[in-house]
Amino acid sequence: MTALEVRNLHKRYGQHVAVADVSFTVEEGEIFGIIGPNGAGKTTTVESIAGLRTPDSGSISVLGLDPTKDRAEVCERLGVQLQESSFPDAIKVAEALELHSSFYRNPADWRELMKLLGLTEKRDTQYKALSGGQKQRLSIALALVGNPEVAILDELTTGLDPQARRDTWNLIERVRDRGVTILLVTHFMDEAERLSDRIAVIHGGRVAAVDTPAGLIARSSAVQQVRFRVSRPLDRSVLTELPDVTDVEVTEGRWLVTGRGQFLSSVAGALARAQVVAEDLRVDQRNLDDAFVAFTGRAPEPPEAATGRGD
Amino acid sequence: MRALLRMVKVETRLFLRDSATVIFGVLFPTGLLLGLGAIPALREPSPGTGGLRDIDVWAPTALVFGMVMIAVQHVPAVVATYRERGILRRLSTTPAPPGRVLLAQMIVAFASVVVSATLMILLAWAVLDIAPPERPLEFAVAFVVGYAALLGIGMVSAAVVRTSSAANQVGTLLFVALMFFGGAFLPRVVMPDVLREVGEFIPPGLQALTEAWSAEAGELTSTTGGQPFWPQIAVMAVVAVTTSAVAAELFRWE
Repeated sequence: MTALEVRNLHKRYGQHVAVADVSFTVEEGEIFGIIGPNGAGKTTTVESIAGLRTPDSGSISVLGLDPTKDRAEVCERLGVQLQESSFPDAIKVAEALELHSSFYRNPADWRELMKLLGLTEKRDTQYKALSGGQKQRLSIALALVGNPEVAILDELTTGLDPQARRDTWNLIERVRDRGVTILLVTHFMDEAERLSDRIAVIHGGRVAAVDTPAGLIARSSAVQQVRFRVSRPLDRSVLTELPDVTDVEVTEGRWLVTGRGQFLSSVAGALARAQVVAEDLRVDQRNLDDAFVAFTGRAPEPPEAATGRGD
Repeated sequence: MRALLRMVKVETRLFLRDSATVIFGVLFPTGLLLGLGAIPALREPSPGTGGLRDIDVWAPTALVFGMVMIAVQHVPAVVATYRERGILRRLSTTPAPPGRVLLAQMIVAFASVVVSATLMILLAWAVLDIAPPERPLEFAVAFVVGYAALLGIGMVSAAVVRTSSAANQVGTLLFVALMFFGGAFLPRVVMPDVLREVGEFIPPGLQALTEAWSAEAGELTSTTGGQPFWPQIAVMAVVAVTTSAVAAELFRWE
């Protein structure tokens, strides 16, 4: 079933077009990532889904509901962790969780959530005294306290140290395992690659590509290369004849094969059929950073400073 | 309802943790009156005040101090901070309408001035022998309606300021202006008639509070051109309704 559907979303602020034309669907139980440069329209898209912005045109459906018209019901069933939202300085962790749980019809057990996010020891600590990671975890906990069916997590791990990021990733996977559909907006390619089932690359207010992380990488990398030595002599034509292979160089027994698409498996198959073992095999590993560059023409950048709006 | 109660509870705790507001808004009026009461000259019946002591006539001003402080300085600053820091925005993604948090604020702000006033009236009675309000019902009405008018002004300020620092600046200006008519700088009893008459239109309505507290003091601070008690209350009610409507119209959630 479709959890989230965005169709031809268009939103402008005065003369500035924030989102030109964005469409995608998120299936139930999926972790769907959104990546793109600053100012690409990610935050506006997410805010429209959360009902904080009214699209100029296009439609959004959250669990079959309209975020603007069916506001109350969407708020019950959609959990939101916004970039740059905070809480009163003097509120304590347990108070914030208990307060927010009282807003919902069927809230989660906030004590359990507090434990799950490792905040139990901080239950009586005021918000202003929490570390960046603890604030972020509280924000995630509050997005989940209503037992949402869909959760939007915007810049989930910005400001966290590497260990806290990994812990948060594990947590998100556990949340997904409970059946929550997750829309993840991130600047971190490793995070998107690790967590997302599918990713939309948004660039210039449009969707540049939607695919699995592996699919995006494969589609974006025009060329890939594999290097190896062979255990016994081999004729170049065995590889040059393969459809995806574009180039084969052999220098002093080192083979460098260039190709596109699924050429790696074709090469492996051809070598196996020729009963040749590839030694010192090295694949030039492409990752999501390369895909990002290919689709947006820019390198992934760090999130904007905490004081600036995302886009 | 459950969410509102819990919000009021949390906002109350947050209020109590804000020690500057508790000290200046709730405790200071009592301290001020007791402090002035420690000056012997102000405790002597004086011919200029018809045999009343200065502190008898001046007591309502101490009360107004706490009311103004909380309504135009504390509440707008909190609301502006909530807006500036995305707290209102965050709330609007939950099933709790963000208006609830404003309502909770106003409930806490009201409760705190009730505590402030009760404390002051009781201690003024016990320590300085200032009799409690002679007409308690009228006093309560003047207090509630006058405070609603103040809070309306505070909410207009909260609605239009962009940042919490702007809220503090506007709050300070309003505080000085309102406290002028509240008799903090120039006791009402020595104000020229024209200022006293203008003062009847300025929340929270010092004259109405004074009259309800003590008829004798009220007579001293009234003018021949002034209005009777109930029309003064009506003026405050009109201010309260108008400012609330303006605040609701102008309010920005982000």
